[in-house]
Amino acid sequence: MKPKIRIRSLSTWYGNQQALRDINADIPARGITAIIGPSGCGKTTLLRCLNRLLEETDGICVMGRVFLDGTDIYARGIDVTEIRTRVGLLAPKPFPLPMSIYENVAYGRRIHGLDILNKGNGRNLDKIVERYLRAAGLWEEVQGRLDAPASRLSTGQQQRLCLARALAVEPDVLLCDEPTSALDPISAQKIEEQLKTLKDETTIVVVTHLLRQAYRLADYVLFLWMGNLVESGPVAQVFNHPEDERTRAYLSGMIG
Amino acid sequence: MKKNKLEESFFKILMITSLATVIGSLFLILGTVILRGLPALNVEMFTQIPKGGYYLGKEGGILNAILGSLFLAGGGTILALMVSLPISIYLQIYATRSHLVELIRLSLDVLWGMPSIVYGAFAFTLLLFLGMRASLLGGMITLAFLELPIMTRGMDESIAMVPVTLKESSYALGATRYETAIKVLLRQTAPGLLTSMLLAFGRGIGDAASVLFTAGYTDRLPDSLFGPAASLPLAVFFQLGTPFPAVQDRAYASALVLTLIILVLSLISRSLASRFTKHVVR
Repeated sequence: MKPKIRIRSLSTWYGNQQALRDINADIPARGITAIIGPSGCGKTTLLRCLNRLLEETDGICVMGRVFLDGTDIYARGIDVTEIRTRVGLLAPKPFPLPMSIYENVAYGRRIHGLDILNKGNGRNLDKIVERYLRAAGLWEEVQGRLDAPASRLSTGQQQRLCLARALAVEPDVLLCDEPTSALDPISAQKIEEQLKTLKDETTIVVVTHLLRQAYRLADYVLFLWMGNLVESGPVAQVFNHPEDERTRAYLSGMIG
Repeated sequence: MKKNKLEESFFKILMITSLATVIGSLFLILGTVILRGLPALNVEMFTQIPKGGYYLGKEGGILNAILGSLFLAGGGTILALMVSLPISIYLQIYATRSHLVELIRLSLDVLWGMPSIVYGAFAFTLLLFLGMRASLLGGMITLAFLELPIMTRGMDESIAMVPVTLKESSYALGATRYETAIKVLLRQTAPGLLTSMLLAFGRGIGDAASVLFTAGYTDRLPDSLFGPAASLPLAVFFQLGTPFPAVQDRAYASALVLTLIILVLSLISRSLASRFTKHVVR
């Protein structure tokens, strides 16, 4: 199968400290790929390279190539906003934009002018907002108060709103950085369920330090250790028959 | 008594003393202004311009100075806003941490501390160079210079308080820096921006030295951008300078009017700010 994302010789530095060391990996199209590994191993750094959000951090240096559908997103002349439109992000802590629930979902579509062509006035956008709120499993809870400030929602609802907001710009790839780490188990379960229903159409990359979550959610796994990619493959293979000594030690709880 | 207890009570007394000094002097100033100004305050002060012999104690009011001050500081604040907002957005969103950014902040801080008479003198030479006279517009421009550092640094700081995650949320949706600044940051920081504007307005409306040469003074109402305009601080200054106690009391009344204007504006901006905070994310 043709991979959606190919990462080649990717290294990053924070100042003169190297965070990722020569990463080479393929992320398959569709399905969920989990990036696992202990704290500080570079999971989030790797994830944020995939939508070029990492370079918003001061003192960062990225070298190497990341191909999205065969195009190097680090090549000269690439429009970074277009990359970020195609590669969405769900952050660890939900952060709604300072506007209403409705406007949060509509924000991305408005800035990209996605609904200019079909000018069915506001009603079309209403339907689109509803569709993505449903896709994020939030519609039933907010349908009567779409104009309320998004900041009034509970943390779990805010995270699903952030999911709806990310989905509304119709990304091919969805990056999730510890998407349930700030949530209670019930909300976390809802997010996981939504991700599972999305994985048939979207390529999802999840960073998690929860091995159980990786196991029940992922189809493929990348294991990072101290900035190195140690092992990757289908989840059953990596979890049941790890090839590398470090993977085995990490999975069995000896290290990390 | 042990040494650390002694230390603690010493610093406690020191803190209470300084607090009392600050609050005490504030009330003394306000008290003086109210005690001497309130009896001299009447409807005429708000509704009339100085008539012949006003500065000798005859009838008239300071409507010329009230309107002049509102126009001068209002215009100055709008002019300053047109420069401050872009600068602060540039500093926070576009410029990465560089020596240039630090240099800009340092210059603004130095400008903030500059005595206002220096702004007056600078703007005066600028006006001469442009072939303008002391005028309402000249005063507005001068006050804009004076207010610029306060407003910019205030806005700079309030945009700096925005969590990085919020900016990244917008970037991650494919928004440009401009879209993020206009659609997200301005909403999020609206209360802070408003406070910065009010702070700058307060400094502008209360300043006498900078408008002395640049706006001039007139007993007529301000009717043209290119004619001179009166201002409250100068009204206080001129009336205090007369040898007549009745006129001096009017100076205090003028100061009271100035205080009231700032109070009213603070209250309005507070109620506006609370309306803006509806969507602010914490």
